[in-house]
Amino acid sequence: MTNYLIKGAKPLGGDAVDILIEDGRIAAIGDSLSATGAEVVEAAGLIALPGLVDLHTHLREPGREDAETVETGSRAAALGGFTAVHAMANTDPVADTAGVVEQVWRLGQEAGLVDVVPVGAVTVGLKGERLAELGAMADSAARVRVFSDDGHCVSDPALMRRALEYVKAFDGVVAQHAEEPRLTVGAQMHEGDRSAKLGLTGWPAAAEEAIIARDVLLAEHVGARLHVCHVSTAGSVEILRWAKSRGVQVTAEVTPHHLLLTDACVEAREGVGGYDPVFKVNPPLRTDADIEALRAGLADGTIDAVGTDHAPHAVEDKESEWASARPGMLGLEQALSVVIETMVEPGRLDWAGVADRMSVRPAQIGRLAEHGRPIAPGEPANLVLVDPAVRSTVDPAALASRSRNSPYAGRDLPGRVVATFLHGAPTVLDGKAQK
Amino acid sequence: MKRHLLEAADLDRDDATLVLDTAAQIEQALAGREVKKLPTLRGRTVVNLFYEDSTRTRISFELAAKRLSADVINFSAKGSSVSKGESLKDTALTLEAMGADGVVVRHSASGAPHRLANWVRGSVVNAGDGTHEHPTQALLDAYTIRHRLGRLEGVRVTIVGDVLHSRVARSNVRLLHTLGAEVTLVAPPTLLPVGVGAWPAEVGYDLDAVLPKSDVVMMLRVQAERMNASFFPSAREYSRRYGLDARRMGALPDDAIVMHPGPMNRGMEIAAEVADSVRSTIVEQVANGVSTRMAVLYLLLGGAPQ
Repeated sequence: MTNYLIKGAKPLGGDAVDILIEDGRIAAIGDSLSATGAEVVEAAGLIALPGLVDLHTHLREPGREDAETVETGSRAAALGGFTAVHAMANTDPVADTAGVVEQVWRLGQEAGLVDVVPVGAVTVGLKGERLAELGAMADSAARVRVFSDDGHCVSDPALMRRALEYVKAFDGVVAQHAEEPRLTVGAQMHEGDRSAKLGLTGWPAAAEEAIIARDVLLAEHVGARLHVCHVSTAGSVEILRWAKSRGVQVTAEVTPHHLLLTDACVEAREGVGGYDPVFKVNPPLRTDADIEALRAGLADGTIDAVGTDHAPHAVEDKESEWASARPGMLGLEQALSVVIETMVEPGRLDWAGVADRMSVRPAQIGRLAEHGRPIAPGEPANLVLVDPAVRSTVDPAALASRSRNSPYAGRDLPGRVVATFLHGAPTVLDGKAQK
Repeated sequence: MKRHLLEAADLDRDDATLVLDTAAQIEQALAGREVKKLPTLRGRTVVNLFYEDSTRTRISFELAAKRLSADVINFSAKGSSVSKGESLKDTALTLEAMGADGVVVRHSASGAPHRLANWVRGSVVNAGDGTHEHPTQALLDAYTIRHRLGRLEGVRVTIVGDVLHSRVARSNVRLLHTLGAEVTLVAPPTLLPVGVGAWPAEVGYDLDAVLPKSDVVMMLRVQAERMNASFFPSAREYSRRYGLDARRMGALPDDAIVMHPGPMNRGMEIAAEVADSVRSTIVEQVANGVSTRMAVLYLLLGGAPQ
């Protein structure tokens, strides 16, 4: 295995040091290190962070390999600075058995660009009727710890309670897609001034908040871990803050797009036609006030993590009228840039904070022992080197994802991932994927 | 004028007035003629692309285009490639390849005409999209009001019924506001959208309180399926609280008019004796629809006056 000597990187934005990587681990950190035979990576001016961890990725394989595969999604992840991604269960077939999660896990190992950690479905077929074999998935080679029916809410309160209780046996966590289904029948966008004007059925904030409120009470009652996917409203942040103050074991994530974009994107603007389904996502883009609350929640730790909800879709599933387009948008390759834009540059999060929200805490939530670790001798060499100064314009055609549904097309964003190391081997060098 | 007519906000006050004036001129030019046809759009092709059944609107547009001597193609979703799963985009590209100068589109999805406008070079006219807008309906309504009352500035228009799902209401609120009218919306709160407060209109729940201060009452169609979704308890209760019957009509000022975009549910939102009264403009609205749509096609497709 080749050894690497990273010269002059700034761990968590601190003083510049050299980092020596040997046999997949950080061997030494110091000034002017030298190592014979090690390949030198010049990193002057670059920030070193622990490899990013995504709790929420849709890799689409098996089933929709025309939109994304484990390999193409892994490449997008590596280019975005990730060393581990949780692959959501809403594939075809659904990842609700040990067989499917092991298949996804093995495909991730073969691609070798990022640790692909399968998420298991909570209920059989995501139907919300009866529990899937959660224990079998936990005991499988994929070692599933995060369970989610994402795309669907586990809306039956009794079933949700049982799921929360059951996964305690193997230190699992239920990641809830919080959406009261009766309040969102036919919903197309955030319910407010713009949905009224555009004549699109509204998705009320209360439909998310009602489920989160219910679930934190259930988690408290049974003493279980709850994770809330893609929190999108100011009210949700308030409920989470309240729950945490009571000691409820609840964690939450926010997506990059909910930190940056609002429902104004749905309207026509100068030079951009309205109703472009690239901005259709579930939960929907909300308001400026929600964005402000989400940024504040991420800054103060009420929201634990950034989860991309990277959701690739084939062209034909997006290039249509709004109502028939599928919800979801790409996120892996721009997640760090959006966090720099919305949190770091305005001074709301320092680099240690970025490492915490994008690596340390998501790794803890997913119970990943080899990720989200300090940059210190003896630790696994899962690292990313970022140039925070570079700005560039997002070109969907240049993305590694197989799909092109990026909501950031044409947007100027800061930050460039220069290198990513996975267990000591570079998956990205000089901004290029190594396989 | 903009190249497309996708929503009422595409028309500023001058544009909207120009459409109404042009419609009046067209009506004059055709009055008393034996051959009700102008050669203005000869050689132009107008496609009526209808994804929803709407015989009334389609034949109104068809007649408008034919009276301007355009070639008209009716492309209805049923029994065509659309019903075999062809996408809106592929249909648009097909129409584009055939050289359509104007596409009149009716679609069940809000915003479908906006998408279509990205893919064709010709002018797109929204003939009703989902629960969004129906701008030519608003134009013909404005034309009718101006014709009957002689003005639009300061006219008090009350729109009653299922505002939440109504493209007619959305277009009328915007256009009538542009033209200086004062709009009041009256409906059960369940049939008003969250966010209606941002519209340039007053909102109320009590029809009887508003009627004496209305120069125009526009009744919206209420669809039976709304009842099953608990928007209101029963047709009878709806009719009692929000229906326009003879007694309520008596509360209107003397020269006030009653409008309805059709098709009507007689006995539900409007009593038969009201629909058939001298205040009713319902049949007139249909006739005015043709002249107004002629004006829109003429102005958008840029035929030189002959």
